[in-house]
Amino acid sequence: MMKTLYAMPESLKPVVTHYCAGCGHGIVQRMVAEVVDELGIRERTVGIAPVGCAVLGYDYFNFDVSEAAHGRTPAVATGMKRARPDLIVFSYQGDGDLAAIGTAEIMHAGNRGENITVIFVNNGVYGMTGGQMAPTTLAGQVTKTTPRGRAPEDVGAPLKVPEMLAVCDQTKFLARCALNSPKNIRAAKRALKKAFQYQVDGVGFSLVEMLSPCPTYWGVEPLEALKWVEEKVIPRYPLGVIKDAAAETRA
Amino acid sequence: MTQTDGDRVLMCGNDAMAEAVISAGCRCYFGYPITPQNEVTAYMAKRMPEAGGVFLQSESELAAVNMVFGAAAVGARAMTSSSSPGISLKQEGISYVAGCELPAVIANVMRGGPGLGSIGPSQSDYFQATRGGGHGDYRHIVLAPSTVQELVDMTIEAFDLADRYRNPVMVLSDGILGQMMEPVVIPKHPETHEPEKPWALTGCAGREPNVVKSLYLDVLELEEHNRHLQEKYAQMEREEVRYETIETEDAEALLVAFGTVARICRSALRVLRERGHKVGLFRPITLWPFPTEALRATRDFLESYLVVEMNAGQMVEDVRLAVEGRRPVEFYGRTGGAVMTVDEVVARLEAMLVEESTS
Amino acid sequence: MKTSTVVELKIRSEWCKSCGYCVVTCPEEVLAFSDELNARGVHPVVAAHPEKCTGCRTCVIVCPDVVFEVFKNDSD
Repeated sequence: MMKTLYAMPESLKPVVTHYCAGCGHGIVQRMVAEVVDELGIRERTVGIAPVGCAVLGYDYFNFDVSEAAHGRTPAVATGMKRARPDLIVFSYQGDGDLAAIGTAEIMHAGNRGENITVIFVNNGVYGMTGGQMAPTTLAGQVTKTTPRGRAPEDVGAPLKVPEMLAVCDQTKFLARCALNSPKNIRAAKRALKKAFQYQVDGVGFSLVEMLSPCPTYWGVEPLEALKWVEEKVIPRYPLGVIKDAAAETRA
Repeated sequence: MTQTDGDRVLMCGNDAMAEAVISAGCRCYFGYPITPQNEVTAYMAKRMPEAGGVFLQSESELAAVNMVFGAAAVGARAMTSSSSPGISLKQEGISYVAGCELPAVIANVMRGGPGLGSIGPSQSDYFQATRGGGHGDYRHIVLAPSTVQELVDMTIEAFDLADRYRNPVMVLSDGILGQMMEPVVIPKHPETHEPEKPWALTGCAGREPNVVKSLYLDVLELEEHNRHLQEKYAQMEREEVRYETIETEDAEALLVAFGTVARICRSALRVLRERGHKVGLFRPITLWPFPTEALRATRDFLESYLVVEMNAGQMVEDVRLAVEGRRPVEFYGRTGGAVMTVDEVVARLEAMLVEESTS
Repeated sequence: MKTSTVVELKIRSEWCKSCGYCVVTCPEEVLAFSDELNARGVHPVVAAHPEKCTGCRTCVIVCPDVVFEVFKNDSD
């Protein structure tokens, strides 16, 4: 009698993705699918794919998904959730989508406390367009548009989004996780599950940042990329729960 | 639902348009303040919750059109309004709404431009409205009301048109119409047709997942998608053209104007007729699809055209296209928020007639 | 492919992009790169020591491409 310990999640289509070898998107989208299955919400979940490497998310997720203009995902999510509060709406965004062009939209969706879940995949570079600087590119990091390394005195230091959102009264759950080790990935899934559970429970706005490897545009092999996350990215972007308003009130 | 009249009331255009949105069964309004349509956001803030709907003041006009996108994607009737600079901000969103084949209504209460411009009325967004200020090969119906009653009726109809074609529809108002008060009847339960929306993102219970997208990386696939969109637009051109003609049967010269300027031209027409001039008025009501055929047909018996607009000359190009260079088409306009007087229009048309008779 | 008498590890080697995450994180050192190339032109993962697999599913957790499925023979 064979018991299944792990099989393809129902919320994921059984197709190979276009993501590069070692890309964090594959891990994140698998976890999202697992959480949606575990919470039994597939039939009322609507995801919004960003402009970025994950733009083809609707080819992978096995539930209703919409496209959105670059950066506007939180506004689209707001329209969806306000029109149909019974739907579970999540926004899936990269660092350009969320922290550059979409900064107004994420700040205001957070400030309003929209009851949505935001998944913020931060790999410190613009992958889809060939490796340009992102708001979260590290100081000194070489990209297509910082060929001499990012100079904070010229273009600013890497942006910390959950910390910015924590200032808003109505943001409820803000966490930062990393994908560089099994331990960190397990913690990331716990945070993701909480972020979705909070939406189901009507708690309010949740955002989980995922520090993700981008071997291709960091110019390293996948295993090197994991080391980069550990040694360079995490020191600038400390892991943990930045805010858990629901836990505070329940304590 | 049968049509039952509401009361006949005195309302300003912006308020009446907002009430019409609710009559049409729309329960999602997202907008941002901008003069001269601030009455709309204030009215909606009060009235939408009363009607059990959603009102949200967005952080920008850009965010508002994307909220409309979201609400439309999940199957709701949704609307946003703004004025010229804000409509510029919405162009990206409108392109996406069209590309994703979502129904939405956008109202532009036009003001002086370009740039920050003025808060006076204008018609200088004609190009933006009819040529598609956003990118790509898309079109949308543009309705140009001339009275507050028309504004009400066309706003209600806009929702049906948006749903019928799964496309954005624009209601083109202006600062005069938005602010002026006129007696109006707003039907409480107009006959509207909201179809089933099997394509909407309502949660995939009992069906395959739906996708709302405009991205087709395979160029041949995108070409096919564009072909499909063009077929829709061709159907709109065949079935949705609207215009009004006044005293054109025996006319030798034609005034062509839309929106509130058509009312000024109507008054000018009376003066000109009293003076013995055989002048008529042609009023396009759909600016897109433009009543090209109907206008072309007037060429058979007309000598000349005077297009009057509150801009530097925009609709005049479509009139010239319609008459195909076979008749002189002249233009008179005011810009910046300035409004022409009846006397100015009369004088300009008389000057045109004099010029013709002497040439 | 039978692994131990208890755990069965199924590997979709055609999906594998050879990132190596599973090979270095497997606590029992079950996995290795194949000498063969798959249709993607890379060396996919194989269970070099299937008998050592405990079904901990660490490979599942780190894999970006859902290459692994894990089954247990519940004959006890």
